[in-house]
Amino acid sequence: MVRSLTTLIGLFLFWLLLSGMFVPFLLAAGLGSAIAVVMFTRRLDIIAAEATPTYLNWFKFVAYCPWLIKEIMVAAWDVTKRILHPKMPISPTMVEFSPSQTTDTGLVIHANSITLTPGTISVEVERGRFLVHALSREGGASLAGSEMDSRCTSLERH
Amino acid sequence: MTIFIDILSALFLAGGAFFCLVGGIGLVRMPDFYTRMHGASVTETLGAGFMLIGLILQAGLTLVAVKLAMIGLLILFASPTATHALAKAALRSGLKPQLGKQPSDDEVTPSKP
Repeated sequence: MVRSLTTLIGLFLFWLLLSGMFVPFLLAAGLGSAIAVVMFTRRLDIIAAEATPTYLNWFKFVAYCPWLIKEIMVAAWDVTKRILHPKMPISPTMVEFSPSQTTDTGLVIHANSITLTPGTISVEVERGRFLVHALSREGGASLAGSEMDSRCTSLERH
Repeated sequence: MTIFIDILSALFLAGGAFFCLVGGIGLVRMPDFYTRMHGASVTETLGAGFMLIGLILQAGLTLVAVKLAMIGLLILFASPTATHALAKAALRSGLKPQLGKQPSDDEVTPSKP
């Protein structure tokens, strides 16, 4: 019930932000649509626990976002230099390592962060095993036990 | 004041255009499927990101800016998922990645499904 309510509020706020028109008819239409969607998802039984990730450490998550953006910029600049370098100094590598996260959300955040960072793509993701394609050997070697790994683990709350 | 915002926004837009171009060049220059995806990821992170920041500066404090930020958020969630799905599908269907010139011990050859 709590999940349905948070979904409803989230959907209605989403409607308000996208419409930006506060006339009674559109407000009612938005509320009606939000209620309908919540009823559909309840009937389909697809309101997952992830819809309200209360087991995520939100304070650390807020701190994680700017750090990830910084990492993305550094990595993107590195890939940019490799692309524009006349000799293109790439050494594609496949690296397998074991992430330290235990929850699905933690694993998803870690795998998505790896893929979002240019120069590394998570190819296979399982509990305890990541297979990552890296553009350079240095990028691949720095994945296991990285700062990203420990930061993603600290986001989890059991 | 608006002139500063305009200049800042123009710088971000130019930076975004530069990284989109770099991504395109990478897409053409890279040797195989997997490395080409690395080139594309520059476009979808810094290219799209700087473009969106530039456009948000143009929009000012309006709902348009909020919508642009939402597009940015959508890109940040959807693009790694799509990239991962693409890479996994390619590996599953047997496309072997070209690995670096001098193979060493830390490399693993992907197991055939």
